[in-house]
Amino acid sequence: MRDDLYSGTGQDPARDAGHTNAPPRVGFFTDTSVCIGCKACEVACKEWNAIPEDGLTLTGMSYDNTGGLGASTWRHVAFVEQPTPSGRTMLPLVEPDRAAGGPAEATGMRWLMSSDVCKHCTHAACLDVCPTGSLFRTEFGTVVVQEDICNGCGVCVPACPYGVIEQRPTDGRAFKCTMCYDRLGAGQEPACAKACPTESIQFGPLDELRERAALRVEQLHDAGVTEARLYGHEPDNGVGGDGAFFLLLDEPEVYGLPPDPVVTTRDLPAMWRHAGIAALSLAGSAALSFVLPALTRRKARR
Amino acid sequence: MTPDTSRTPAAGPDSYYGRPVIKAPSWSAQDIAGYFFLGGLAGAGSVLAAGAQLTGRTTTATALKVSSLTAVGLSAAALIHDLGRPSRFPNMLRVFKPTSPMSMGSWLLSAYGPAAGAAALCAASGRLPKAGAAATTAAALLGPALATYTAVLAADTAVPAWHGVHRELPYLFAASATGAASGMALAVGPLHENAPARCAAALAALADVAALRAVERRLDTVAVTYQEGRAGTLMRAARALTAAGAAGAVLFGHRSRAAAAGAGLALLAGSACTRFGVFAAGIASAEDPAHTVGPQREAVARRTAHSK
Ligand code: SF4
Ligand code: SF4
Repeated sequence: MRDDLYSGTGQDPARDAGHTNAPPRVGFFTDTSVCIGCKACEVACKEWNAIPEDGLTLTGMSYDNTGGLGASTWRHVAFVEQPTPSGRTMLPLVEPDRAAGGPAEATGMRWLMSSDVCKHCTHAACLDVCPTGSLFRTEFGTVVVQEDICNGCGVCVPACPYGVIEQRPTDGRAFKCTMCYDRLGAGQEPACAKACPTESIQFGPLDELRERAALRVEQLHDAGVTEARLYGHEPDNGVGGDGAFFLLLDEPEVYGLPPDPVVTTRDLPAMWRHAGIAALSLAGSAALSFVLPALTRRKARR
Repeated sequence: MTPDTSRTPAAGPDSYYGRPVIKAPSWSAQDIAGYFFLGGLAGAGSVLAAGAQLTGRTTTATALKVSSLTAVGLSAAALIHDLGRPSRFPNMLRVFKPTSPMSMGSWLLSAYGPAAGAAALCAASGRLPKAGAAATTAAALLGPALATYTAVLAADTAVPAWHGVHRELPYLFAASATGAASGMALAVGPLHENAPARCAAALAALADVAALRAVERRLDTVAVTYQEGRAGTLMRAARALTAAGAAGAVLFGHRSRAAAAGAGLALLAGSACTRFGVFAAGIASAEDPAHTVGPQREAVARRTAHSK
């Protein structure tokens, strides 16, 4: 299979997709270490994109009543409520003496808060598998669904290794974060980044964000926050690098993120090959089924 | 491959409140697993029909052509029914995209469907024998692809129980399709024409067992999704029905019309159970975060061990 049939094989997905005058690729860097869980991003996203309400039930999961990303939730703030080993109640970074360890309390908890979003993968499985061309790569290097072309086949949903895109039950079409394509076109930053009061969500050229993120991890490590790590930042990870990447304070799976996502189409050449061999063996065994009885009959006659 | 027990478990819980990491497809089992089954029945049926035609087994050939046309018609209906907006179906042929199994399938279906239709109509009406022969050949050439591409459709997803066996699944689907088509041939063909169907049934059952074992070996811990719950029940039923059908076909299929028909129906039911079982296993694996996180952590651990 030709490499250029995939949504992007290099690090410049917009140009790979045929945008000749593409501006620098943009993205999100979400620094969860400063997230205060105010959900301004969730609200701003809903407001700007006019996303319908998607259920008003309580989940019982800490302060998280949205549950996860979906067709009508394009930013989702996770609230991880964790018992702490020391037994002390703590906020991730607000701790007078991290090393000392205080008096043990049975109810010690810490909260990790993180605003999740579509990763706008460099190699986007959702885009690769869409049969209608409804999902496309924008000139900014992001991934967007065109509502008027999506026919609701739903293959993009299980294809996404991050569980982001989803069909809206009411009309069957697929929806997800567009990184505010309309705002980008007007030279504005996305609504969530604009609304975030702590600058936990940072928007900008991806290269710049990657540099800034590396500095931030270093700073946190120097301050003794050794558990700080970046997620999705390497350009050579399973999806060719995330257009939206994160600074986390625990393992990705704690936040509901996959530890080692891989673009599903990576194995597609092997899949087509095996399907081809299987198809040939089907034809072969069918032929055999006509030859064998003929042979045994001839033998019996002799 | 054995699970890596030396790996130290990561700190903290393994999932976000036990919620799934990926999204399971919202496809209805009836539509999509049904589509897998019907596509296989139609595709493999066209191959057997061409063979029967070539060897002068005309009654079986005609019956299989009609069953293939019916199956492909129903499968297209299932597919369209599953779209949230059936009116948008024409968008399926907007682009030709080899990275999208759904796109390739739509094109395949739009080439195979008319061929199968023409083959069936010519055979049933006895008109235009030349065109009928050409259509029979075309349907037989496209049929195997129709029977196996659906495995790629399922495997080209992040669903652990499907993607993990992207190499093995096409063989399971090919075996299951052959089982269904040979079952149909046994059920509808006269006794003196059913020797090839009996042979195909035996081959299909053997291939089915082998492919399923390969699937379970490859999936390691995720294999439980094929063994437990709804999928487990369906897969056990599939195994029993396919074995009984093949054995019945081989032992009694040439003697009694009733035995041949019974064996044929068992094979058809076995194939359907396999498709619904595979479908259910995929959903179960997508809904349990352990099946996403576990294998991925092992992949990370393998990579770090490698680079050290
Ligand atoms: S995170 Fe999922 S929905 Fe977003 S671009 Fe990547 S594959 Fe597509
Ligand atoms: S549901 Fe819509 S966006 Fe998703 S693959 Fe199908 S046509 Fe494309």
